[in-house]
Amino acid sequence: MAGKTIKILVGKPGLDGHDRGAKVVALALRDAGMEVIYTGLHRTLEQIVRAAVQEAVDVIGLSIMSGAHLPICRRLLELMASEGIGDIPVVVGGVIPKQDAGKLREMGIQGIFPGGTPFDQIVAGIESVAA
Amino acid sequence: MGVARYIKDEKDAIREVVYQSGIRVKPSYSPRDLAEVGFDYARDLGDPGEYPFTRSLHPMGYRSRAWTTRQYTGFGTPEETNQRFKLMISHGQTGLNVAFDLPTQMGYDSDDPRVLGEVGRVGMAVGSLRDFEIAFRDIPLDRIGSGLTINAVACVMLAMYQAVAEKFGYPREKISATPQNDILKEMIGRGAWIFPVDPAVRLVGDAIEYAVKALPRCNPVSICGYHIRESGATPAQEIAYAFEIGKAYIEEVQRRGLAPDEFVGSFSFNLNVYGNLWEQVAKFRAARKLWARMLRDEYGVTQKKNLFLRGLFGGGGSGLTKAQPENNIMRGAFYALAAALSGAQTTALCSFDEAYTIPTPRAALLSLRTLELLMDEVGLRDTVDPLAGSYFVETLTKQMEDRILDEMGEVQKIGGMRRAVALGHIQRKVSRQAYEFERGLQNGDYIKVGVNKYTEGVEDQPDVELHAYDESWAEKQIDGLRELRRVRDRREVSRTLSALEQAARDGRNVMPLLVDCCRAYATVGEMAGVLRQVFGEWEEPSIF
Repeated sequence: MAGKTIKILVGKPGLDGHDRGAKVVALALRDAGMEVIYTGLHRTLEQIVRAAVQEAVDVIGLSIMSGAHLPICRRLLELMASEGIGDIPVVVGGVIPKQDAGKLREMGIQGIFPGGTPFDQIVAGIESVAA
Repeated sequence: MGVARYIKDEKDAIREVVYQSGIRVKPSYSPRDLAEVGFDYARDLGDPGEYPFTRSLHPMGYRSRAWTTRQYTGFGTPEETNQRFKLMISHGQTGLNVAFDLPTQMGYDSDDPRVLGEVGRVGMAVGSLRDFEIAFRDIPLDRIGSGLTINAVACVMLAMYQAVAEKFGYPREKISATPQNDILKEMIGRGAWIFPVDPAVRLVGDAIEYAVKALPRCNPVSICGYHIRESGATPAQEIAYAFEIGKAYIEEVQRRGLAPDEFVGSFSFNLNVYGNLWEQVAKFRAARKLWARMLRDEYGVTQKKNLFLRGLFGGGGSGLTKAQPENNIMRGAFYALAAALSGAQTTALCSFDEAYTIPTPRAALLSLRTLELLMDEVGLRDTVDPLAGSYFVETLTKQMEDRILDEMGEVQKIGGMRRAVALGHIQRKVSRQAYEFERGLQNGDYIKVGVNKYTEGVEDQPDVELHAYDESWAEKQIDGLRELRRVRDRREVSRTLSALEQAARDGRNVMPLLVDCCRAYATVGEMAGVLRQVFGEWEEPSIF
């Protein structure tokens, strides 16, 4: 692990309120030594991008449980590109079917952590994309 | 996940068993244990159907009537939902449990820019009364009860249910709807809240007060320990928090001059079934007793039926796993067994594929069959409360009662549930527990079959048939909504919406005004928009 502390924004985009996973992962990342900013619920993608710019985060992590991960990720990446932060890596967790993992990667999502992924894998995954 | 902690020696013999609620279980029990906890048949149990109802609400239990099954259903457009409703009814389901999509739950129309990718995804999209007319077409609303899984705008959906029943010619006295309408639990878990705590609780109170007067067969609130448990609460906390939430709603309605005896009989509960079998059974038995005792002693409730803890014991979502998903079929059966041994009146089961997707029809039907099988094939209807008198179960029920009271005392110390939620106290506590539990699972402190034991030789992420989401549903909904906006009587819409706004500002009950809005085909987004304007939105307290 690099000497620098990784700063990650954990976001709950859209309308879904199932935030147990986001909160649990946020606590795990913090225990792993990262600086975690949790957006809270019902954030628009614009708000998430703005927060990422303001906080100058190293990584953006989204938690999506509703099944809307494809349209949400596509739109987020577009917004990030237009705000000039297209280089910040984005990772996604939640209810992500295997069938969609390839599509997310193609789109530019750098880490996919479906529900049940062990914390150490999530931490390692984020460290590798932040490096 | 909800499993007990087992401390074993090197030969795999169990040294210690600790349930999630913190109760230590002994290797065996005897009459001495009953004496130690001060067990008394008349005081602690009573005969089935008698106060304090620990054993059963009804003297004959399932002999007189099997449980009602209410699988959670609804997706896409109202047309699709109507077809699925009919399918489930034709397969013997006796009540509906309606799932709404997130835009509807959050009070947005399908064409709102904030609803990206969510229209019709996790439930049915409802824009206006027109959609209810389609969804409930040919459903006998005087015989089939409907759970409406919606909270922040539950009052809107209850009003719409009345409006659709009227339209179909069912008198409002005959219809039976159970809107979930438990906003405090949304603020603890599940997260579909809109308004700040006080106006949100006021709307819950409006629905209860109105239903008592105008919709006598409706259950205007279903208090959900369920989602609190899913968020990381222990079984004892699940009940304790649900009861403290119940008290907050009782007091909200009392302020309007109604006595608890006039309305509390319409409350129902939605409680979770996953986890250790014995702990669940003890939880439900203790809960029935404590609710009755609290209502009688603290709220002066005298009528027997008003003391009943009625509700749906089911679900079990957090117990299900993504790994080896077929195992969830068996898990569901055991969770349902816990519900049956606890005398659940109404039940439903999460489907085995729910960790992946909205249940496919095949998976939903398997859940329904599981429930039917318990009643018709295995003998759960034979006798009431078959575990009564077990040294272990009765000791555990008493211990569970004490744990629940302790947890309730903690909330009372903070100043009640409204305040505990507004401060984020409960949210912090359950999130922390969820994290610790998850860590324990990953460390192997708890066993989850297929997740951290018996994992060899099984494909990591098997192919699961996925519920299809059709992008054209959203377009269809949006087209319908735009068409509606063109053809409806615009003056009537704005008249009813202004009347709603005025009532909301004046602190009058908004329900009759919402019924008028629905009749005028105002949209859910318009009605919720008015309330957003008047009440504002909740600022979630930080949980870190």
